[in-house]
Amino acid sequence: MTATAWLAAVQTLLAVGLAPGLAGVVRRLKARLQGRIGPPIGQPYRELRKLLQKEPLVAHHASWLFRATPFIVFATTVAVAALVPLLAVGLPIYAVGDLIVVVYLLLAGTFFLALAGLDPGSPFGGMGASREMTIAALAEPVIGVAIFALALTADSTNLGRIAARMLAHPATAVSPGHLLAFAALFIVTLAETGRLPVDNPSTHLELTMIHEAMLLEYSGRYLALLEWAADIKLFVFFALLANLFVPWGLAVTLTPLALAVALGALALKLGVLALALALLETRVAKLRLFRVPELLSVSFVLALLAVTASLLGR
Amino acid sequence: MPSALWLARAVMLAYAFGAVGALVSRGRAGRALGAAGALAGSLAVLCLGVLVLAGGTPLPLPSLVFPISGVLLRVDSLSAVFLLIIGLVGSAAAVYGYGYSAPAPGHPVEPATGGGAGGPRPHPDPRAMGTLLNLLLATMTLQVLADNAFTFLFAWEAMSLATCLFVLTDAADPEAVRAARWYLGMSHAGFAALVGLLLLLSGGDLTIPFEVVRQATLTAGVRDAVFLLAVFAFGTKAGLVPLHVWLPMAHPVAPSQASALMSAVVLKMGIYGLLRIVVDLMHGGPAWWGGVLLGAGALSAVFGILYALLESDLKRLLAFSSIENIGIIWMAIGAGLIFLSYGLLLPASVAFAGALYHALNHAAFKGLLFMGAGAVQRSTGTRNMERLGGLIGTMPWTAGLFLIGAAAVAALPPLNGFASEWLIFQALLEGFRIPQPSTALLMPIAVGILALASGLTAACFVKAFGITFLAIPRSPAAERASEAPFSMRAGMALLAAACIALGLGPFVVVPRLSGALEAMGLTAPGPPSPPLVTRPLGIAGTTGQMSPVLLAAGLLGIVALVHIGLRLAGARAPVRRVDAWGCGRIRQTPRMQYTSAAFAEPLRRVFAELYRPTDDLTVHVHPASEYFVQSIEYHAAVSPWIDRLIYRPMLGLLTRIAGRVRAMQGGSLHLYLLYLCVALLVALLASRWLG
Amino acid sequence: MALFTRLLPSTVTEPLGAGEHDALHVAREIDRRAQRLFGRALAIREVDAGSCNGCEIEISGLTGPIYDMERFGMHFVASPRHADLLLVTGPVTRNMEVPLRKTYEATPDPKLVVAVGDCARTCGVFRGSYAVAGGVGDIVPVDVFVAGCPPEPTDILRGILAALDRRIPEVSR
Repeated sequence: MTATAWLAAVQTLLAVGLAPGLAGVVRRLKARLQGRIGPPIGQPYRELRKLLQKEPLVAHHASWLFRATPFIVFATTVAVAALVPLLAVGLPIYAVGDLIVVVYLLLAGTFFLALAGLDPGSPFGGMGASREMTIAALAEPVIGVAIFALALTADSTNLGRIAARMLAHPATAVSPGHLLAFAALFIVTLAETGRLPVDNPSTHLELTMIHEAMLLEYSGRYLALLEWAADIKLFVFFALLANLFVPWGLAVTLTPLALAVALGALALKLGVLALALALLETRVAKLRLFRVPELLSVSFVLALLAVTASLLGR
Repeated sequence: MPSALWLARAVMLAYAFGAVGALVSRGRAGRALGAAGALAGSLAVLCLGVLVLAGGTPLPLPSLVFPISGVLLRVDSLSAVFLLIIGLVGSAAAVYGYGYSAPAPGHPVEPATGGGAGGPRPHPDPRAMGTLLNLLLATMTLQVLADNAFTFLFAWEAMSLATCLFVLTDAADPEAVRAARWYLGMSHAGFAALVGLLLLLSGGDLTIPFEVVRQATLTAGVRDAVFLLAVFAFGTKAGLVPLHVWLPMAHPVAPSQASALMSAVVLKMGIYGLLRIVVDLMHGGPAWWGGVLLGAGALSAVFGILYALLESDLKRLLAFSSIENIGIIWMAIGAGLIFLSYGLLLPASVAFAGALYHALNHAAFKGLLFMGAGAVQRSTGTRNMERLGGLIGTMPWTAGLFLIGAAAVAALPPLNGFASEWLIFQALLEGFRIPQPSTALLMPIAVGILALASGLTAACFVKAFGITFLAIPRSPAAERASEAPFSMRAGMALLAAACIALGLGPFVVVPRLSGALEAMGLTAPGPPSPPLVTRPLGIAGTTGQMSPVLLAAGLLGIVALVHIGLRLAGARAPVRRVDAWGCGRIRQTPRMQYTSAAFAEPLRRVFAELYRPTDDLTVHVHPASEYFVQSIEYHAAVSPWIDRLIYRPMLGLLTRIAGRVRAMQGGSLHLYLLYLCVALLVALLASRWLG
Repeated sequence: MALFTRLLPSTVTEPLGAGEHDALHVAREIDRRAQRLFGRALAIREVDAGSCNGCEIEISGLTGPIYDMERFGMHFVASPRHADLLLVTGPVTRNMEVPLRKTYEATPDPKLVVAVGDCARTCGVFRGSYAVAGGVGDIVPVDVFVAGCPPEPTDILRGILAALDRRIPEVSR
C-alpha cells in the first residue's frame, strides 16, 4: 500500500478509536457544568468493553435483520469516517465518496436502525423508528442545500477538495454564505446525532425517546456496536463542521510534522465543538417533538440564505 | 446491421406467439405459452437494446413484420435505453406472471382499504393475463421504435387500451371498473393533446418521418403550444401531479405483473415521449420550459411521496411512490432543459443522463417492489398493511428481495437508486453556472426538494417494509402466509440482481447513456473532456466523484473486520431468546405494535397544511353513565383537495355540457341525416379556407 | 456568565479526600473495587415494585451533584437489556409481580439484584396486605438487601458495593 492509503486507514482508525473519547469529553464537560465531577473521559471505552462481554438477548419475534443491523449501522458509519478528511487534504480515498455519499450512507444506517426498531414488535421501537425517520427526512433538505452552498464556493462536492479550496482562499471562510451554512449544519448535527434540544441522549422516559427508543431491545455486543456507531457519528459530524468550515491545520503535504500539527488542530477544534455542545445541552431544554420541524425549518432557511449569499457574492 | 432487424422481427413474432398461445390454450399450458412468448420477446428486446447501445448508430427497421403503409420504425440509442427497460421488466414479469396467474392458495380475498367488494372473488382469468402481457409489451416496443407521428399515435393508443384491459382483468371489482374509467378518460385527454401536438409538429402530415420533423422550423408561438401540449399529454401518461389521479387507482387493482409493468415501464413512455419530442425533435427551448418541468416534477416528487407515506394499502403506496420517482425524473429533464437554454452542455448532459439512468433504475426497483407486493397479496389475500406483518419468517425470499427494492428506492448506497440520484444531484449542483441569478436560485431549491423527497422516501419504505414484513403477524391470514412459488421468486430475483448491478456499475452504464444523449442531439462539448468522465470503478459528475464498487467492497470489508474483531475480543456469549421488552407487560399481542397509520402520524402532523387531514372521534358510552365507554370509533382521512379543486368542477362542467348536447339527440333519423349534411358542409368549407 | 464559572473548579461533589465521613469511605471503596468488577462500568436499572417512593427520593440523590455516582462509572439506564444490576424497591405488589420477574428475565447475564429498603425484605407496614405478593426475595433472587426506611444514598452505595463483592460468575442465573 502506498503512503496515502496507509494514511487513509490511520485516519479511519483514529476516528473509530477517538469517537468514544469525544463522547466521554462531552459527558465530562456536562457533568462539570452541572457541578458534578462526572465520569472519567475513558468511561465510554469501559462501557463498550463491558458490553462486549455481556450476554446478548434477542426477542422471540425478531428476525435476522435485528442481528444484522448493528453490523450494517457500524459499517456505514465507519465508511463515512473513512471519507471525511481528519488529518490531510488530497487523499485519493476522498474520490470514493463525496459529501452526498456521506449523507446517504448515514441515511442508510438510520434506515436499517429504524427497521430494527420495528422488528421485535415492541411499541417503543416503532415509536422510535417513526420519530427518527421523521427527523431524518426533515433534516435531509437542510443538508442538501448546505451541500449546495459548500459545493458552490468550492466548485466541488469532494470533501478533500472543499477543505483544500478553503485553505487556498481563506477569505471565503468569513463570507456570510459560509457562516450561515455553518449555522445550518450545526443545527442539523444536533438533530442527526440525537442531541438536545432535538433528542435527549440520557432520557429514561420511553415516551420522550427518539434514538434511544430503537436501542431499547439491544444488549451485549449488539448494543456495543450501536453505541459505538453513535459515538462515531457524532465524531464525524464534528469533524465535518471543523474541517470543512475551519480547515486550518489540515496537512497539505504529508510530512510527519504537518500530520502532528493536523492532529493537534483536530483535537483543538473538536474540543471547542464539544464545549459548545456541552454548554448548549446544559442550557436548553428538549423541544416537543412537533416543535422540532420548526427548528429544522429555521436551519433550512439559514441554508437557503447561505446559498443565496454565496450565489450573489460570486 | 441486419441482425437488429432480425431481432426486431423475432420480438414481434415472439409476442404474437405468446399472445395467441395464451389465448387458445388452457390451464398450465396456456400460462406457459404466454410466459414463454413474453420472456422470449423481452429477452430479444433486451438484446436489441444492448446491441444498439453498444453500436451507437441509429438504424431504420423497414418492413418489420406488418406491411401496413405509413408505419415507420427506427431504432436509435434513445429508443435502446427504453428497450432495455421494457426488456428487463418484461422478462421478469413474464417469469413472475407464470406463477402469479396460477390459482392462489385458498385464502378468501379480503377487501382492501376503502371499499371494494367483500367476500371471495374468482381469480382473474390467466388467459387474459397472458395475452394482455404480450400485447402490452409488443405495443410498448412499437412505441419506442416509432419513427413517425402516425406510428407513434397508433402505438400510444394500443398501449393505453392494453393497459386499460389489464386494469379490468378483475372486472367483478367495482374499484377496477372505476379505475379503468378514470384511466380511459385521462389517457384519452392525453391522446387528444398528443394528436394536436403531433399535427402541429409535423405540419399536418402524420406520416412524414421524424427526421423531417427534426429539420423543420416552427415559429416560437407554435413551439410553445407544442411544448405545453406535450407536458399535458406526457404528464397524463407519466402520472404528473395534478394529472396523476388515475394512477393510484389503476395500478393497485391490476394483476401484479401488470402493476409492475405499468409502474416500471408504461409510465416511462411518458418520459420517452417527452425526451423524443421536446429534446430530440425540438432541440429544447427557452428556459421557462425547463422551469415548468422542474416545477411540475418537484410538485410531483413531494406530493407523491407524502401521499405514499399515509397509505396503508401496499400497492397504492407503491403507486404513489412511482409518482414521486417520475417527478424526480421530470425535475432532472427540466434542469437539463434549463442548462440547455443557457448553452451549458456539460451539466445538461449530466442531467439528462441522470434522468435516463433514474428511469432505468426506477423500472428495476419498482417492478421488484410491485412483484413483492403481489406475492404478499397472493399469499395473504390482502394488501392492507394493517393486517400484515411478520412475513419475513414465512416468506423469507420475498422479504429479502423486497428489502433490496426498498433500500434501492430509498436511494441507499451502493444500490441503483442512489447512483442515479447522485447524478441528478450533481447536475443540480451545477446550477450556479447559470448566469442569471434568479434562475440559478431555482437549483438549490430543487436540491432541497429532491433531498426532502428522498428523506421522505426512506421514511416511507421503512414503513412499507417494516410494517409488512417485520414484527408479529397482525392477522391470521398473515400468520398462515406461505412463500411464493419459484417462478415468482425468480422474476423478483432477476430485478433485484439488476438493482444491485445497476447500482455497482454506473461506470459501465453512464458512458453507454451518452450514446442516447447524442441521439437526442446533445454532442460532447469541446475536445478536452467527453460528456461524462468515467473512472475505472466509479463515476464523476461535474463536481464530484464516487465509486460504488469500492464503497460496497469497503462496507463488506468493515463488516468482516468487525466480525473478526468481535471474535478476537472474546465477545461470543451465546444469544438468549426472550420476550420483547415492554416494561414488564404480561403479554404481547400484535395489536400493541406500531401500525402503518401510527408510523406516519408525526409526518402527517408536520405536513398538515398539505394533507388537510380530518379526524373523527366518536365515543359510544353506556346509557347509564358516560364513564362506561363501550366503543370508540376513530376515522382519519386526508382531504383529496386536488380532486376537489380541479377534477370535481371539471367533471361537473362536462356533465352539464353533456346534458345540453343530449338535447340534440332527438331520436329522429331525419334529424341525424341533417346533422350529417351540416357536418360534411362545414368540413368541406373548413378545408377550403384553411387550405 | 454564571454558566462559564461553573467550569472552574466549583463542583459540590464531596471529594474523595481524607475524611471521617462514612459516605466518603464507601465512595473510596467503590472507586477502588469497581475497577475490577464490570470493568468499572455499572449500568443500573431501577425497578419500583410498589414502593411508597421514599426510597426513590434517596436513589435520585445518587445521581445528584453531592453523591454523583457517575464518577464511579455507574449510571441508570432506560432498559433492563442495558443493565448489569437491578435496583428494586418496595414490597412487590400483585400487579408488579410478573413485571418484576420479566424485568429480571430481560436483563442479560451476568447480573445482580439489590433490593432497597425495609419493605423490599419484609414488606414493612404493607405486610399481610391483600395487594402484596411478598418481598423482592420471594420473586427474584436477591444478592443484597439494603435496610432502612428509607436508606440513605450512602447505604444504597454500600449495598451496591456489597453486591459487587459477590463474585460475578457465581451469581445465580
